[in-house]
Amino acid sequence: MTEYYIPSNYLPVLILLIFSVFTGVSVLVFGYFVRPKRSYPEKLTPYESGIPPVGEPRYRFSVRFYIIAMLFVIFDVEAVFLYPWAVAYNKIGLYGFIEMVIFIFILLVGYIYAWKKDALTWE
Amino acid sequence: MTEFFKTILPPVIANSPILDILVIIIKVFIVVNFAMINGMYLSYVERKVIGHMQVRLGPMRTGPHGILQPIADGIKLFFKEDIIPANADKPIFFIAPVISLTAALATLAVIPFWEDFIIADINIGILYILALSSLGAYGIILAGWASNSKYSFLGGLRSSAQVLSYEIAMGLSLVGVMLLAGSANLLDIVKAQENMPFGMYLFVQPIGFFVFFMAALAETNRAPFDLPEAESELVAGYFVEYSGMRFALFYAAEYIGMVLMSFLAAICFLGGWKGPDFWFFSKVPPVIWLLIKVYAFIFFYLWIRATLPRYRYDQLMGLGWKLFIPLTLANILITGLVKLLIET
Repeated sequence: MTEYYIPSNYLPVLILLIFSVFTGVSVLVFGYFVRPKRSYPEKLTPYESGIPPVGEPRYRFSVRFYIIAMLFVIFDVEAVFLYPWAVAYNKIGLYGFIEMVIFIFILLVGYIYAWKKDALTWE
Repeated sequence: MTEFFKTILPPVIANSPILDILVIIIKVFIVVNFAMINGMYLSYVERKVIGHMQVRLGPMRTGPHGILQPIADGIKLFFKEDIIPANADKPIFFIAPVISLTAALATLAVIPFWEDFIIADINIGILYILALSSLGAYGIILAGWASNSKYSFLGGLRSSAQVLSYEIAMGLSLVGVMLLAGSANLLDIVKAQENMPFGMYLFVQPIGFFVFFMAALAETNRAPFDLPEAESELVAGYFVEYSGMRFALFYAAEYIGMVLMSFLAAICFLGGWKGPDFWFFSKVPPVIWLLIKVYAFIFFYLWIRATLPRYRYDQLMGLGWKLFIPLTLANILITGLVKLLIET
């Protein structure tokens, strides 16, 4: 018979997730039954300081947001590498410290490059 | 709690997994209700505290000193008409507030209230919290996109860029704590703080604490980093088009996020449920100590909101990327080096 890994510690997390989705949905469903429904086209127009909306709302936006998202992926993956290192630091000692200095140094080079290219400056 | 149920239930149930699941459900129920009531009353406390700081009275009409205000607000929001803007992306519009609330509530799973009261005792506590607070960004960006409004679209973009930027600083500021504790489990972190000065990491991780607190303000979209809902420029940011109960879910998510960040700060930097150990202080139940620390933090949040003006967007992004990230990286290296020198 094959042994399966059952993540029993995570069962409460699952129950909490179900419970919180249920909380959100039940509040909305209850509201659906008690609230008035009297809409007309003017009420449903998107907000635009009181004038009729002009043009497409989802227009082209600054590329900076895209750059920020890319940098976020890089740095967040780096942070994810740091967590196990930090937890295991008691066991790996000096060896682990030197390795992490090298890792952060490599990252720092990229960081300085991004800074020099003005990717971090918002204008 | 399991022991208590074993004594009152028939042995058939008491020795089966049903009992464990029952205990989990009761814990989840308590914690979710605790969070919802805190979120509700935080809106009242916020208005009251800021009112008094500005020499006003705050809500006074409903009940003595307006104590029933959150309930009145809740009833009002239930009976508000739900307006879905024309051309909105309906399924996404419906799902976004639920994602926000779920992400906020589900983070509470790894928060220990005291030594024996924690929903899920998993060894990746901090990682789990950071992962779920990233999920909160989905609620923001989907709401901004689905509303089909220029204001909410711009607000959603700005808000998600802000949350993403400060997420890194927050994650890195907690690495110092994990280094010292040698664990990402919040229970272990509290236990590891016992032999620190004053039983707190605050005094050995001042930089980490500072960055964490600032990043927590930005993560929960609070003043002075409340640009996503800058009333004067973006009206309310990504949830302009939301009304009634859906709007309330976003608000609840924001306030629960605040409570959660305060819990995290109290547990990681202020020694959690441990209090001073002399005189009658040692008789105070641990959960009271934790709640005192948490509410002190929340009061600090409100104080900051009443005191500081809002940052400009370029200053905000510059602060996050150019100051906090190098600061936290330096903090990690220094902490690692000092720990290495002390232990060898």
